[in-house]
Amino acid sequence: MNPYVLEMKGIEKSFGVPVLKGVDFSLEKGEIHALVGGNGAGKSTLMKIMTGVYTKDAGTILVNGTETVIHDTHDAKKNGIGMIFQELSLVQSMTVEENIFLGSEVVEKGLRKTGYMTERAQQVLDELGIDVSPKDVVGDLSVGMSQMVEIAKAMEKEAKILVLDEPTASLSDAETKYLFKMMRDLQKKGVSMIYISHRMNEIMEIADRISILRDGKIVHTGRIADITLEEIITHMMGESTGKKFDWVPRTYDKDGPDLLEVDHLKINDRIKDISFRLKKGEILGFAGLMGSGRTEILETLFGLRHQEGGTVRLKGEIVRAKNPGEAIRSGFALIPEDRRKQGLVLIHSVKENAVLPKIQQLRKHGFFIDEKKADQIVEDNVRKLNIVTDDIHKRINLLSGGNQQKVVIAKWMNMDPEVMMLDEPTAGVDVGAKAEIISLIRDYADQGKGVLFVSSELAELMAVCDRIITIFDGHITGEIDRKDIETEEVLQYAIQQK
Amino acid sequence: MQSSKSKRNIQWDKYMVYIIFAVVFVLFALILGNKGFLQPRNLINILRQTAMISVMSVAGVFVMAAGQIDLTVGSITAMTAMLVSLVLQATNNIFLALIVGLGFGALVGLVNGLLVTKLKLPAFLATLGTMELVRGAAMWITDTAAVPIENKLFCNIFGIGDVAGIPVLVIWTVLFYIAGILIFNKAAFGRHVLATGGNENSAIYSGINTQKVKIIAFTMSGAFAAFAGIMYAARMQAGRYSYGDGDEMSVIAAVVLGGTAMSGGTGSVIGALFGSVLMGMMNNAVILANLSSAQQTMIKGGIIILAVAISNLSQRKKKN
Repeated sequence: MNPYVLEMKGIEKSFGVPVLKGVDFSLEKGEIHALVGGNGAGKSTLMKIMTGVYTKDAGTILVNGTETVIHDTHDAKKNGIGMIFQELSLVQSMTVEENIFLGSEVVEKGLRKTGYMTERAQQVLDELGIDVSPKDVVGDLSVGMSQMVEIAKAMEKEAKILVLDEPTASLSDAETKYLFKMMRDLQKKGVSMIYISHRMNEIMEIADRISILRDGKIVHTGRIADITLEEIITHMMGESTGKKFDWVPRTYDKDGPDLLEVDHLKINDRIKDISFRLKKGEILGFAGLMGSGRTEILETLFGLRHQEGGTVRLKGEIVRAKNPGEAIRSGFALIPEDRRKQGLVLIHSVKENAVLPKIQQLRKHGFFIDEKKADQIVEDNVRKLNIVTDDIHKRINLLSGGNQQKVVIAKWMNMDPEVMMLDEPTAGVDVGAKAEIISLIRDYADQGKGVLFVSSELAELMAVCDRIITIFDGHITGEIDRKDIETEEVLQYAIQQK
Repeated sequence: MQSSKSKRNIQWDKYMVYIIFAVVFVLFALILGNKGFLQPRNLINILRQTAMISVMSVAGVFVMAAGQIDLTVGSITAMTAMLVSLVLQATNNIFLALIVGLGFGALVGLVNGLLVTKLKLPAFLATLGTMELVRGAAMWITDTAAVPIENKLFCNIFGIGDVAGIPVLVIWTVLFYIAGILIFNKAAFGRHVLATGGNENSAIYSGINTQKVKIIAFTMSGAFAAFAGIMYAARMQAGRYSYGDGDEMSVIAAVVLGGTAMSGGTGSVIGALFGSVLMGMMNNAVILANLSSAQQTMIKGGIIILAVAISNLSQRKKKN
């Protein structure tokens, strides 16, 4: 008998550049199979092909031994494949029951059979041991509970295969335990699961087998019991992929006074006791998994989040910014994680974006904006940062991602901040622009300014930073001097430690 | 890659109102030329009749460019006219009447701003509510009776007078537009308004107090509407609860026709003037053409649909 519920053979997919280069992946009945790989290794693409979001360019998919074509998400559901998305796909304003039956309402003579659906929803929830009422509104539930409801939604359709994409990223420890218990129960019922995560210790705990993707290929498949954390990391990183950036040691006054002192910063019950120092001219990196609290620390320093406790000192003076305006005046700048949603006004021009925070200061006769000065500043930005645009009045959404990001960086360099904070500044940026952005950041620090740098790409952290702080689940777990980091594996290993 | 102003991408949606304006003007000149459309008196008359909508549209641009909407303006004109007439009747003090009238308008605008920013009510519903409250108050204050204004000086300055043959209503309109254009295009506040409407999150991340921006825009809108109410009262030489009925819709139409997106982030003050006068021109034309008031109303409806269609078309172009 065929032990596999799902087999994918020679799957290829390209978006201009090849993303999947002949992937073979198989899933046994009733197993929890971990799928790991670095950013851009192709995990999401592979899962999206399986669930019918993308169509494959080549290869075959077998469900229960028979070749099956999955055109769309509907086909995937028919074949018993359900996906729990990273970004929850439930309608917040509707009840649990309405969400479970969304798009597949049970109807009789044109009317919804609410009684039956309530009963059926209750039954599914009971079977899974989820403690919510079908009549609860999803928006009132915790993130963890919502995720359970999403699993219930898939199970109502009698899913045989569940894909869980980073399900624990926003869960508390207790919620994670609860989720794992539920996964084991489902496993006993013969449901197979694909578990995608960057959290190695969770994978070691829950998975039966593991497949490791790198550069669009499966580089290892095997039992979890036969592999160590170090081996997984080695497989993930592999040989140099050509994307590496060189690190040139920088000099700055290591014995000078501290530019920024953060002591016992508390943001909420999870992220607390954050203490660190930053020297003039130093680039300090924050490394950690998704949801570890990196972004929250930067946002709190920038006045976007409430600081519950602790002290922040800039040049020896206590700062407690209540809003970004105050933080900017104190000398902070933040290049936010989401360029399109937080960094730019996409329908405005390059110039309008680049001078937005500075416009208040660019005045002549006390009231009117000095447009000439503004033009000069932006022309200067375009030249110095090598921003590719026809002219400074071009609408910013017509620029490439890399050039858009350079405008965001220019926008904050124009403010001449003492502490420049960057959150994933090279996400969605091509390799050439990445290298340029990295050198811009280093040049800025060379002027005697401090830089706090957050990135999920370890290679990048290693290319930019003088010192790296590791964070796990809201607390600092260590601090490494860049010169003591021999390879990316060392850093990957460090961020997995509690 | 040197840049120059001549290389600016031409954005057709920004100039749409001027093109339509020119086309409609030429059309009416040809069809209605013999009925007196082109006579200077008629043209000045169009400007005079649209003065109130034009003045309210100046602030309307700020409100809508910030991604908000204000439905109270029509009812504020009515209540302001009542208050001003009553104050003049009691004290005959023009200065006091202005303070009370403009103060009332600004106060209602401030309340709208606070409802939207502090209580997080959607602007449409918040201002719908205050609209009914203010209109009701205007009816209630004299039990729907009109209040005549005896002060000729007041009426001359704000409604019926003229300077060198130019009606004061037209002069006031021009002054308000100069102020509006300066603030919107030349001061930092204009940019803050556009950023708030274009991407509020990004504006917050840039250190802009977007709540303050919205409160100021609403307060401005209330004060400008109050001034329009003063113009109504002076022109009719009386305060009536029925002034400005439906003006909020005309203001929205004028602002959108003028190239301000309903979703916020773009806007043009001078465009709103053209939008307002364009509508006044169409009203004038249907009267010259001897159409009934029923037909006039229907044509107004058509204009509003046209306005929204243009706004949508330009939005679609942006996505391409």
